[in-house]
Amino acid sequence: MSEPMLKVSGVHTFYGAIEALKGIDIEINAGEIVSLIGANGAGKSTLLMTLCGSPRARQGRVHFEGEDITDLPTHEIVRRGIAQSPEGRRIFPRMSVLENLQMGSIVAQPGSFDRELERVLTLFPRLKERIAQRAGTMSGGEQQMLAIGRALMSQPRLLLLDEPSLGLAPLIVKQIFSVIKEINREQKMTVFMVEQNAFHALKLAHRGYVMVNGKITMTGSGAALLADPEVRAAYLEGGH
Amino acid sequence: MTMPSHAAGAPPHGAPHVAAKAVDWSGSLRDAGFAAFVALLLTVPLVGLRTIDRPTGLGIEARPEEVVASVLLVFFGRLGLGLIGQGLALPVLFLALAAAAVGLAIPLPTQVLRLVLVAGGGIIALRAAFAVTTHRSKLTLAERDRKMDRVAAQVQHATKYIAPVAFIGAVLLPMTPLADRQLLDIGILLLTYIMLGWGLNIVVGLAGLLDLGYVAFYAVGAYSYALLAHYFGLSFWVCLPLAGLLAAFSGVLLGFPVLRLRGDYFAIVTLGFGEIVRIILVNWYQFTGGPNGISGIPRPSFFGLAEFSRTPAEGMAAFHELFGLEFSPLHRIVFMYYLILALALAVNLFTLRIRKLPLGRAWEALREDEIASASLGINRTNMKLAAFAIAAMFGGFAGSFFATRQGFISPESFTFIESAIILAIVVLGGMGSQAGVVVATLLVIGLPEAFRELADYRMLAFGMGMVVIMLWRPRGLLAHRDPTILLHGGKKPATGGAAR
Repeated sequence: MSEPMLKVSGVHTFYGAIEALKGIDIEINAGEIVSLIGANGAGKSTLLMTLCGSPRARQGRVHFEGEDITDLPTHEIVRRGIAQSPEGRRIFPRMSVLENLQMGSIVAQPGSFDRELERVLTLFPRLKERIAQRAGTMSGGEQQMLAIGRALMSQPRLLLLDEPSLGLAPLIVKQIFSVIKEINREQKMTVFMVEQNAFHALKLAHRGYVMVNGKITMTGSGAALLADPEVRAAYLEGGH
Repeated sequence: MTMPSHAAGAPPHGAPHVAAKAVDWSGSLRDAGFAAFVALLLTVPLVGLRTIDRPTGLGIEARPEEVVASVLLVFFGRLGLGLIGQGLALPVLFLALAAAAVGLAIPLPTQVLRLVLVAGGGIIALRAAFAVTTHRSKLTLAERDRKMDRVAAQVQHATKYIAPVAFIGAVLLPMTPLADRQLLDIGILLLTYIMLGWGLNIVVGLAGLLDLGYVAFYAVGAYSYALLAHYFGLSFWVCLPLAGLLAAFSGVLLGFPVLRLRGDYFAIVTLGFGEIVRIILVNWYQFTGGPNGISGIPRPSFFGLAEFSRTPAEGMAAFHELFGLEFSPLHRIVFMYYLILALALAVNLFTLRIRKLPLGRAWEALREDEIASASLGINRTNMKLAAFAIAAMFGGFAGSFFATRQGFISPESFTFIESAIILAIVVLGGMGSQAGVVVATLLVIGLPEAFRELADYRMLAFGMGMVVIMLWRPRGLLAHRDPTILLHGGKKPATGGAAR
């Protein structure tokens, strides 16, 4: 591969005077699943949000498919083909499932709605059952499926997932990760995922990054990180 | 509703189910006494004293009667409530009805006593009747809320059928013999507020931006027409679109600096904007006439073809001659009525349509979750500006209608209380609900008009109505929201033009 799809170089992000990201370098190639793991407060979500332009990186650049997107407003970044399933899901609670999915297709090509809807409902048959229900009345797992489905509706080339397993029952977590794998395999979707559930995230990922206190401390293939004694000690022992 | 009949004597929540349960008289009396004491503390300064103008300066007049009446009202009201809670709804109902009847039928020494008996008796009777019919004491709060939500949803679905009937009724009203000057005037007033409510609903209900200064756009519209007519002699039909444009422009002007704010801060700035506009109008004496306002605002012509007067100006036909009718001053009123009806319906149709278009969807998404909206590619600033500008434009239309109807405007018509009333209409109706706005307008504007005989006390009744709504329907009367698309109607919405 000549050039990475997403290239983050030397990004520093601040919340006021607090430096949340201290010079992050990450590359994501087209077709990959890349996982970023780390403890609470390491800055994982901040990195995802910086990619989307809110908050903005104070230093460093973000390039997507060769274009500098660092200073673009959020909605413009999304129009370039990046979709995010945000932390805490953030579905529209008073809208129906179908309306939520429809909101996802705002930046999609016109006329793609029916095809994409069909695809998302095949991936998540549960959403089809709940299609007319108010999204806020669904279970956490269903809401997570909706958040991912909504992101997919925009036909992104890069899918950003912020803690898709947060607060979900193990069985649902498994389901969601298998869907992520399927999206990647079937649709050649590039996925960048932030996770605390290191075991699942690394097992799924082609490559992984480990973040500690706003810095990337380790990188390697998913399998290699899973086998690494330091990673095991910090993120896996006791958990699995 | 099918309820077991023995439930009338059901115990209040939490009380053990004992068959023959003694009524806790001393407790109820103590409770009522305490409430009456609080009422006494409150009413002595608020009701009991009144400032009057004396030649020597301001004096104070005591009004013991009113205080005694209020305290009695609270005492018996609270006692009645307590007894209803203990299953004595039926006897309380009869006693209250009897009291109200006494107040109505028998001449009493003072007006105040009559008020206590009629109003107090009536309200308690209503409450008791409600308890008897619904056995509310058996329901928990959550059950009651769910039940009322269901009823509200049904009512809202029924608006599909009610709305056309109401529309036809509104169209036919001026043709019925009922339509006298007063009724039409009230109709125009109601429709003006309905239009304003529907306009504000775009900002508050759809886009979820709490705008406390909506009256500013109403004022901009009114003054646009008044000033354009005054200085340039432009006619209403030329000024109406101009007023809308100017109001929309002022909406954008306010929007740019404000839209980066959220929640409370946003509301405060819009509140300030409303005041700024009013204060400019008061102080720019040379241009706006200051507190004296502008008088002699021309009436609208019949689409520029004819005038509504017995002796029209040079070169103009008279409406009654044009149509071969007997001259009647009512013609103009009827025309005004249809004008505001058409304007209000235009706003309604716009909102119903836009909800199903990308713009309206984006507004609703913004209301639900701003961050998620941005992450789906919605340009927040543009969407909010659009909401602001469009709502402002409708406010401007309503304003220029107001100016031409009144013939006289002054800054006094555009105080904060107007904003508050319009907002109250939107919130009480259920944010985002079109039918709710109509119902709430009938309550908020219609009730005080209907109870004009109550004079000073009508605002009291109004306040009571608000409290009742807040207690029973805290999210608004008709807060149910239907999805705008359904899977098997395709993207063509299955539910058509019903007001919602």
